[in-house]
Amino acid sequence: MSGQGIGQIIFYAVALVALGYPLGIFMARAYTREKLDPVERGFLRLLGRHSGDEQDWKSYAKTVLVFSVGFTAVLYAIQRLQGHLFLNPDRMKGVAPHIAVNTAASFVTNTNWQFYGGEYTMSYLTQMAGLAVQNFVSAAVGMAVLVAVVRGIARRSSGHIGNFWRDLYRSLVYILLPLAIIVSVLLISQGVPQTFHGHATATTLQGAQQTIARGPAASQIAIKQLGTNGGGFYNSNSAVPFENPNGLANFIEMLSILLIPAAQVFMFGRLVFARRHAWMVFAAMFAVFAIGVAVNLPAEQHGSPVLRNSGVNITQGHGQSGGNMSDKEVRFGQASSTIWTVATSDASNGSVNSGFDAQTSAGSAVPLVNLFLGEVIFGGVGSGLYGMFFYILIAVFVAGLMVGRTPEWLGKKIEAREMKIAALGALFVPTMVLTLTAISIVTHSGLASIYNSGVHGFTETLYAYDSQSNNNGSAFAGFGATSFSAEVGTIALILGRFVPLVAALALGGSLAQKKIVPASAGTFRTDGPTFVVLLVGVIALTAGLMIFPALTLGPIVEGLMH
Amino acid sequence: MARASGSVFSRELVLAAIRDSFPKLNPRTQARNPVMFIVELGSVITTGIFILDLARGHTGSLWFVATIAVWLWLTVLFANFAEAIAEGRGKAQASALRATRTTTNATLRDGRSVPAAELQRGDVVIVEAGEVIPADGEIIEGVGSVDESAITGESAPVIRESGGDRSAVTGGTKLLSDRLVIEVTQEPGKSFLDRMIALVEGAERRKTPNEIALNILLAGLTITFVAAVVTLRPFAIYAGTATSQTVLIALLVALIPTTIGALLSAIGIAGMDRLVQRNVLAMSGRAVEASGDVDVLLLDKTGTITLGNRQAAEFLPVDGVEERELAEVAQLASLADETPEGRSIVVLAKERFGVRERELGEHEFVPFSATTRMSGVNMNGTLIRKGAGDAVKRFIVEQGGSAPNDLDRLIQGVAEQGGTPLVVARDNWALGVVHLKDIVKGGMNERFDELRRMGIRTVMITGDNRVTAAVIAQEAGVDDFLAEATPETKMALIKDEQAKGRMVAMTGDGTNDAPALAQADVGVAMNTGTSAAKEAGNMVDLDSNPTKLIEIVEVGKQLLITRGALTTFSIANDVAKYFAILPAMFAFTYATHPGERGPLQRLNVMHLGDPKSAIISAIVFNALIIPALVPLALKGVKYRAIGATALLRRNLGIYGLGGVILPFVGIKLIDLIVHNLLGA
Repeated sequence: MSGQGIGQIIFYAVALVALGYPLGIFMARAYTREKLDPVERGFLRLLGRHSGDEQDWKSYAKTVLVFSVGFTAVLYAIQRLQGHLFLNPDRMKGVAPHIAVNTAASFVTNTNWQFYGGEYTMSYLTQMAGLAVQNFVSAAVGMAVLVAVVRGIARRSSGHIGNFWRDLYRSLVYILLPLAIIVSVLLISQGVPQTFHGHATATTLQGAQQTIARGPAASQIAIKQLGTNGGGFYNSNSAVPFENPNGLANFIEMLSILLIPAAQVFMFGRLVFARRHAWMVFAAMFAVFAIGVAVNLPAEQHGSPVLRNSGVNITQGHGQSGGNMSDKEVRFGQASSTIWTVATSDASNGSVNSGFDAQTSAGSAVPLVNLFLGEVIFGGVGSGLYGMFFYILIAVFVAGLMVGRTPEWLGKKIEAREMKIAALGALFVPTMVLTLTAISIVTHSGLASIYNSGVHGFTETLYAYDSQSNNNGSAFAGFGATSFSAEVGTIALILGRFVPLVAALALGGSLAQKKIVPASAGTFRTDGPTFVVLLVGVIALTAGLMIFPALTLGPIVEGLMH
Repeated sequence: MARASGSVFSRELVLAAIRDSFPKLNPRTQARNPVMFIVELGSVITTGIFILDLARGHTGSLWFVATIAVWLWLTVLFANFAEAIAEGRGKAQASALRATRTTTNATLRDGRSVPAAELQRGDVVIVEAGEVIPADGEIIEGVGSVDESAITGESAPVIRESGGDRSAVTGGTKLLSDRLVIEVTQEPGKSFLDRMIALVEGAERRKTPNEIALNILLAGLTITFVAAVVTLRPFAIYAGTATSQTVLIALLVALIPTTIGALLSAIGIAGMDRLVQRNVLAMSGRAVEASGDVDVLLLDKTGTITLGNRQAAEFLPVDGVEERELAEVAQLASLADETPEGRSIVVLAKERFGVRERELGEHEFVPFSATTRMSGVNMNGTLIRKGAGDAVKRFIVEQGGSAPNDLDRLIQGVAEQGGTPLVVARDNWALGVVHLKDIVKGGMNERFDELRRMGIRTVMITGDNRVTAAVIAQEAGVDDFLAEATPETKMALIKDEQAKGRMVAMTGDGTNDAPALAQADVGVAMNTGTSAAKEAGNMVDLDSNPTKLIEIVEVGKQLLITRGALTTFSIANDVAKYFAILPAMFAFTYATHPGERGPLQRLNVMHLGDPKSAIISAIVFNALIIPALVPLALKGVKYRAIGATALLRRNLGIYGLGGVILPFVGIKLIDLIVHNLLGA
């Protein structure tokens, strides 16, 4: 690994903490502010008389589900009808039904899996009123649910965990919108287009005519990064110069991926009065992130045996990052591609600045495994941390036993009900990934999606369901849309989002009712380095043991073949 | 209690446990344990495959299928064996208890004789010396010495008398002397002995809350591993590799947490059993588990923290009196005083000044009485008295004298140090004060330190005033004390601690302790106590030793630690099993030339002989680890009061890291035998 690469990673980590920490404090304040602002009051009045009341977890979950179903329907309708609607300068036709359903589910679940190329499928109206709005709303839903769960952990002997509408409003208006505006302006300043004009036509140096897709890109790119959405304005996402023009833009976009999820860890620490514990959770997340970088970067720098034996010069040199540069931007080089790859797969973002399909087998195993961990390493906005709670519960349960006390977490006793929720929350999605991949890999309709034969085709399929089930949205490429894959994918998207989401709310509801047990010398402390090791170990063992057989028949065997 | 032989594996117990392992194969029994149920299901399927192969004449892998089937059955049997041996020790104890259950007749007060088993609550029976007490009851008349060895294992007889806190007798114990009139307090068939038998037999065993929570986690993991293994077949088909059902079942059994699944119920039973060996009867497994969580320990001062009685510590003469003179007079006043306090004065006088017991001239002892609150001796016309300050002062005034000026200062001084002042007077003059002191039992400080390290706060309960209580609390090293305690303040303290989320444990023996015992999360009643106390508590200490609470807490913690350690070990084992089975399953997958070993052969880091021996070795290891860990499950992982984080690090190191490494070694060794020696 080059000195420049290490430098970039350290700089990234420092920037993440330096911006994430104050943001976390701000978020904690924003959510706990008792007073309603006038717009908020109007918004609640519009929804009904008791719409701002405290809710128990079931009522909260019901509101989230109804809200999400409503938006899925709207999004589907816009896509189907875009041909007849305004803001369509390039005259895009209505989107095919199976793609429209998959896309609607994909954006409502904060996944942004795209079975289509944005710039030649979606009208500006769909991009803005449909997809960009969902980028905000789906992210805000995740953030709201997280804060409700955290509230449940903090409260004692209470039946309520907050109010969805108020949490949603504050996530949107106090956090996402201001941040998105800041990042958009920064990106526009670096040359990302933001216009309502249609495609531009240019004459190239060779004299050929080229159509250049443009549009309101910067605003969507900002939120796709911040809200761990990932769905690009352009099909090739942040590898396209218009989406990601230079090093600074790249760094801003890369930082935006993990910014809110990292800040939420600090917010959690404030809200439950356990700041040191929050630091340890952050440390565990960062450790897994660093492991990902430490595997991916050398693997890519070293290249595959085929590449090394092909006679291509892959040595690092002045102005050349060397290594496996296939499907990578020379503008960004190895280190930036690696950080982005690891961050986007850790964080349920799914935006990319390089292609994963052409990575070495060891390198590509990193995003594959990261997704499979359940997007809890920073993870999706909100969903990452509440997903991490399931692993924390399993970790403190085993640790509690090993120190001879009925397990507890932040003073709340972990009993049968919490274990049920944790087991469901942590294990449901991995089980679904394997099941859907298995169905897809032996059926004709499933196999039709695979472009590459052999081992690589398996990895592509596994990745597709891994990505959709875990609401990441990044694609391995080489996996095509058929009505079968779109429909199975839609199931993965919806269950992958809402099963853990409801489980997390149930957890918050269950913990809210409990008394707080004061800590003693016999209590296992969750604010020390031992906890970090334990948590990383539990994540590695539970998720790792499940993915290992599939990994064996995917990247591992591919890597050992030569 | 009739203690079963100390060794975990006595010959008879093992043989009995092996016998008992087979009936437990009943699927309905297995279904209570999801992990082992899956293993049994796997055994049935592989056996079916074997029979089908045999019938169809597919002899190719017949021996392999047979071997796997046999070892899967053995895995289930080993698990059954673990449970059976844990239960077996209880059964042995139960049958010893049953033998003492009385079958004789009981004599009612009106002279009628009825079978003991038909006695009703409220019947009054008469028991003569040499007879077995027919039922649990309260003595309403008489005093007698009772041999309780049938229940407690303690051969020295104990005194039982009507009135007070030692009036309870237990059916099945034997009256050695005197005659007792007893009112029966039990319903037929619900005696203490019956409950004990049911408890040690495990007949009433229900899964405890923590066991249920752990079972949920294990079931969740099992379901996920089922998914991982079932989906492996389609994955393998895509990779052009046929996987046999036998191999997939073997992989599944190797992956699911069979080690902890097999030992889980044995750990629970053994936990109860360890308490029984310490002569404590827990009324439920829940109580044992709760004892590991105790945050606050309420300990009675007298008898628990201090020796039962105060002892003379020093002689404090008033001005103008020699210490020796005071000692001599105090000794005279105590010669006839047989109370421990009186004896201790005689002892101290002898130690300090060599004052010996001597022949008195003409004398008359004055015993202590509640009205005079003094005792002493009248000798050759001299009146010697010792007693409480105000009582002795009144005596002096009656004799025409007055109290020395500095007497009150001395009395005050002793009281401030937490002692009891005993004033000694001769005729009309007070000579000084004897300082009676509570003596803290040896080693208590260390025990409380240990408890603190375990995270448990100790609170001393005493009827003494605050000053006295504070001094003793400091000396003993308890964290807090409740002075001038009444049953009400004790109850209020428990409720207060519980409201703060703490778990409270206490011991008690009197009827007035009963409400507090019932309120406490862990209430240990002394066997010497009243039946009300025994009903209220959730444990009974047959030795009636209040410091036993500390051991009870340790057993509770051990129980949880053992579960946690074996769960970690079980999951950590899977890493090695993958490296044994996956390269074996996919030995030929994606091979460059058909029939050659493929690239995944490089995952065979253990260099196991061949695919079949690798799979067999993993399954054999998986099965053998169960009986190998039975002693650990029964004895429990040792608890060390070294602080939670240090303890966790230690256990993670041993059972986590060790759990990853050990099977690599174990599977390799087994493969050496299977592959090389047997030529598999």
